[in-house]
Amino acid sequence: MAERAQPVSPWPGVGAAALVAALILGTLAAVALRADAAGGFGPADWAALRFTLVQAVLSALFSAALAVPVARALARRRFPGRRALIALLGAPFILPVIVAILGLLQVFGRAGWISDFLGLFGLPPMRIYGLHGVVLAHVFFNLPLATRLILQAWQEIPAERFRLAAQLGCDGMAMFRLIELPMLRRILPGVLAVIFAICLTSFAVALTLGGGPRATTIELAIYQSFTYDFDLGRAALLSALQLALTAAAALAALKFSRGDGFGAGLDRAIRRWDGGAPVLDTFWILAAAAFLLLPLAAVVISGLSGLFEMPTQVFRAALTSVLVATASTVVLLVLALPMAMAVATGRYGIVELSGILGLAASPLVIGTGLFILIRPVANPTTLALPVTALVNAVMALPFALRILVPAARDVVTRHGRLALSLDMDKTTFFTRILLPRMRPQIRFSAGLAAALSMGDLGVIALFADPQIATLPLQIYRLMGAYQMQAAAGAALLLLMLSMGVFWLLDRGGRLHAET
Amino acid sequence: MKHLMIAAGLLSATTAMAADKPQLTVYTYDSFVSDWGPGPQVKEAFEAVCDCELNLVGVEDGAALLSRIRLEGENSDADVVLGLDTNLINAAKETGLFATSSVSAEYTLPIEWTDEVFAPYDWGYFAFVHNADAAAPANFRELAEGDTKIIIQDPRSSTPGLGLLLWVQAAYGDEAADIWAGLADNIVTVTKGWSEAYGLFLEGEADMVLSYTTSPAYHLIAEEDASKAAAAFDEGHYMQVEVAAKLAGTDQPELADQFLEFMVSDAFQQIIPTTNWMYPAVTPAAGLPEGFDTLIQPEKSLLFSPDEAAKVRDQALAEWLSALSQ
Repeated sequence: MAERAQPVSPWPGVGAAALVAALILGTLAAVALRADAAGGFGPADWAALRFTLVQAVLSALFSAALAVPVARALARRRFPGRRALIALLGAPFILPVIVAILGLLQVFGRAGWISDFLGLFGLPPMRIYGLHGVVLAHVFFNLPLATRLILQAWQEIPAERFRLAAQLGCDGMAMFRLIELPMLRRILPGVLAVIFAICLTSFAVALTLGGGPRATTIELAIYQSFTYDFDLGRAALLSALQLALTAAAALAALKFSRGDGFGAGLDRAIRRWDGGAPVLDTFWILAAAAFLLLPLAAVVISGLSGLFEMPTQVFRAALTSVLVATASTVVLLVLALPMAMAVATGRYGIVELSGILGLAASPLVIGTGLFILIRPVANPTTLALPVTALVNAVMALPFALRILVPAARDVVTRHGRLALSLDMDKTTFFTRILLPRMRPQIRFSAGLAAALSMGDLGVIALFADPQIATLPLQIYRLMGAYQMQAAAGAALLLLMLSMGVFWLLDRGGRLHAET
Repeated sequence: MKHLMIAAGLLSATTAMAADKPQLTVYTYDSFVSDWGPGPQVKEAFEAVCDCELNLVGVEDGAALLSRIRLEGENSDADVVLGLDTNLINAAKETGLFATSSVSAEYTLPIEWTDEVFAPYDWGYFAFVHNADAAAPANFRELAEGDTKIIIQDPRSSTPGLGLLLWVQAAYGDEAADIWAGLADNIVTVTKGWSEAYGLFLEGEADMVLSYTTSPAYHLIAEEDASKAAAAFDEGHYMQVEVAAKLAGTDQPELADQFLEFMVSDAFQQIIPTTNWMYPAVTPAAGLPEGFDTLIQPEKSLLFSPDEAAKVRDQALAEWLSALSQ
């Protein structure tokens, strides 16, 4: 069968995907080849695998299940401050792990705000440590992402569909069944797979909130193999297991999320006529806002006094972080856009798979692998910043693809045939049709990538040079030097910077504004 | 990206300009090289006497530091490794990458130091830190029987965590597993590293946190805050002795020896107490900073020899895991 002509070329995307796969698998191979003996699994590893799977599955299910009503409420309601709220809700996602843990426990911990409140009524403090604590923390991190992804899919339903449904007299329930449920069926498997993959590599969060070694994850076992046992073979094996699990989840998601889109619309502003259940919608918005914003408020409050005690090194580190984030965002877009276009042509699902692997790759394995690969040719320490920017971009790639792919697919199916019949060349299609239509998604993914890169410790700790530090590394260093106050201040600065770049690039969630 | 290239270019340029002076590369843990650690002062003080350039490279923590040396193997860039502790010495020696040195000094350690490869530069006692106004248990048994809540670090990912494991092992031997079973309900949570644990303690998540007897000195000296104290345990306190050694593959053997000599001299040792918040291995002529005299002095010092530590470590970890995974 002859291949159908396409308005975009898949090859740059296939090339980018191959590069990413080479980076992830190449670093893994570098670590495996450096091992003295083949690693093996012990009983403790199986226990870690079991716990990792249970918490990742539960975290993904809860995050997605809660995100649906929140996204629906945000899609249906218009209120002052809605855009700011949507942008703010994304903040947990970009906090460095250690800061997020402290913020979460200031709210939910034994001495947290909720426990204090319970104490007023003579009730015992909250028992947060355990599997439920791990899931709660992961929902805190991932609910915003799930909400944004689902909300985006909601906004992409052509306005005509809602208009037609309203004309036919569909109520809220019928609207849900006919329009929204098919959309959810398409988007949810991907959302679940992404969150599952993120939680698969959880370490410090799972251990701390899990309350002890019961909450041992594969990532902890990898860390242990590297530092405690120096068993590189076992580390590589465990990392391969993480990658295999993520690949399986991603393939399952690709399989289940098949289904037709909504076809073309006239890019009109969406109006909803099913105004029912305002109370319920308000409840979901308030509940999500309270859950996500209270720990952030804790971070802000404890950071305020430290903000004025920060040594100048913190500001230098902040500048470095902005540079790294900028570079990382550029790299991300160069990789993600062609990949999204390749996937949109419909024949290269494998490209998406390669993108999602970035989530499952253990940062320790990537970092160590890069170190092994770079060392023979250059001093890894002098390449600390470029390497950090590159790895951060690869880690953000899965998110960017989830944002860009649906939009790219829509543009190609809606406008592809017309463009081909007009004999439009690929460059013109890209610059005139695709880019303008995908601008909101590009902005959103760029904002996310920049913010993520800003907040992530990444691999810099493995390459660190005393003279160069990113802001997250500087926060860890301050804490290591007992300077918790200054660290809290630096964390607040980081939060503001991350939110700032995110806001700047995403323009306050313009994606969800009316056209 | 362009800026990064320029930054990288500038860096290599400065390195090239200084290339006429001999270079000594010292690998250490990250908190040593941080702006608030001993690193910057040590660099300045050593460069004032060595006519060389001292490059300090930070690697996460002691355990990760040893892994890095193993990863780089015989052609490591490091000339000296500073920041392992006695629990890592055995594994470090097995690599055959370290060389003996002639360094010696009148160490003021509570134990006798005889190792010919590794020289100590500072030491401390592990201890549980609590708020000074709260009563603290007098030993592990009392802690296990009471309802004092503690936060500890995971021995698989943290040096103090491993120290606690060996502390209980040294104090109780065959009964260690029972002690851990008794402690299980006192442990609020186990963290990846010291910073998380200490941060949570300061937020009030637990009554005590595993740290060092010298921790209250930080609060007292740097913050003028006398509200923290370390609990004295009558079964004795396990020690951490931090050490350094020369690598066999160094291309600067004399400079490396000079650095190790410098390390046990006053110029280096006086920097340690208020930057690394540990006891110097050789008390400087000027004595310890004011405030250190208020710290508890354990009556008994516990420490496994490197061989013993290596021998008991895995068994102790297995007991710890099974006691806390119930």
